[in-house]
Amino acid sequence: MRYTAEFRNPEVAQKLLESIRQAVAGFAGTMTLMEVCGTHTMAIYQHGIRSLLPASIRLISGPGCPVCVTPVDYVDHAVALARHPGTIVATFGDMVRVPGSSSNLLHEKARGGDVRVVYSPLDAVALAQKHPERAVVFLGVGFETTTPTIAGSIIEAKRRGVANYFVLGAHKTIPGPMAILADDPELKVDGYLCPAHVSAIIGADAYEPLARDHRVPCVVTGFEPLDMLQGVVMLARQIVAGEAKVEIQYSRIVKKEGNARARQILYEVFEPCDARWRGIGVIPGSGLGIREEYAAFDAARQLPVVVEESKEHAGCLCGEILKGKVTPKECPLFRKACTPENPVGACMVSSEGTCAAEYKYGT
Amino acid sequence: MCLGVPMRVVSIDNETAVCEIDGVKREASLMMVDGIGVGDFVLIHAGFAIERLDEEDAQETLRLFRELLDQGVVPE
Repeated sequence: MRYTAEFRNPEVAQKLLESIRQAVAGFAGTMTLMEVCGTHTMAIYQHGIRSLLPASIRLISGPGCPVCVTPVDYVDHAVALARHPGTIVATFGDMVRVPGSSSNLLHEKARGGDVRVVYSPLDAVALAQKHPERAVVFLGVGFETTTPTIAGSIIEAKRRGVANYFVLGAHKTIPGPMAILADDPELKVDGYLCPAHVSAIIGADAYEPLARDHRVPCVVTGFEPLDMLQGVVMLARQIVAGEAKVEIQYSRIVKKEGNARARQILYEVFEPCDARWRGIGVIPGSGLGIREEYAAFDAARQLPVVVEESKEHAGCLCGEILKGKVTPKECPLFRKACTPENPVGACMVSSEGTCAAEYKYGT
Repeated sequence: MCLGVPMRVVSIDNETAVCEIDGVKREASLMMVDGIGVGDFVLIHAGFAIERLDEEDAQETLRLFRELLDQGVVPE
């Protein structure tokens, strides 16, 4: 089994598109489907899925890129840590070019700061073991897919007795903003293409309140083009039938109950807290903070630094783009002041940002 | 950021597996998954196996796709 080529078969795609057209044939009006996962955003642009769908189906991107929804003061905090003598900042590659108020991590590296891109938080733990005299700070950014791996790294650091490994956390959970956007009268979300790998951890059951209380159909959908088209078929059929239930298209990975062991690791180290989302504001209980028992690994508590006063960039519409209210082309900075080489907003920097996708693949 | 790569487990040493796809080998922690054996497919994210890939289920999805090609409709 290859798991990629077979899920990209163009002939099957044609058949699925036919099924979509059949599903919406008698449907008057437009249905708005939102995805809330950066990998879906990229896949939609990369495979030109929007241009293939009937005019009555509108696909919009929500706050699905964890780098993009991270507020600017977090980047400023990471920059301040990178400037702190003796500190190593370890991060996934996506974060290094995200603009802070006056700098970014790549600039700090050029100025002599020790910023390293790692593939896994466990690599950062190994880095801390290699440099016991220095503080190694891992930038903990991500949704429920990633946070268990960061919890795992803290548990592993504790097990190995590593006292110089720290996490600067900005972890977020996705169902909260989905509920808020579901009720937004301006957006009128008719259905959610629910994230694939977040759902592997939290389980499809996590969307039951959205379907039941907010009456929004939810289909957990994989990242391959055929997965996505099948997800659209399933959503369109629910919407036309006036149903609102949770279905799993991506059943080869996602179970109703999710991965209980991963959640146990996650909640061993983290607990729910309020979190601020770029563009949306503070959502109660939508973040994950390090528990008191693991405070020794919390960079925010253990490594005090002075962080500059943060300011958002004037004219940048990232906040509205993250809510699906504005498309990148409607932002006055897009392709002009804001490009992948010279990004102003996070949505252009991140490889999964909506603006980066529109710039790379858009027409 | 939530990208996951399906890889086949080629060897296991305690909680760490060596996984392979298309000739690329990577170490991954098995901390989050139970009962994984050599030959199983797992989904790798940031150095951890986060879920087992259900081969039977994947084949079922592919079977539905093939059926679609034969019949011209999506089975309900």
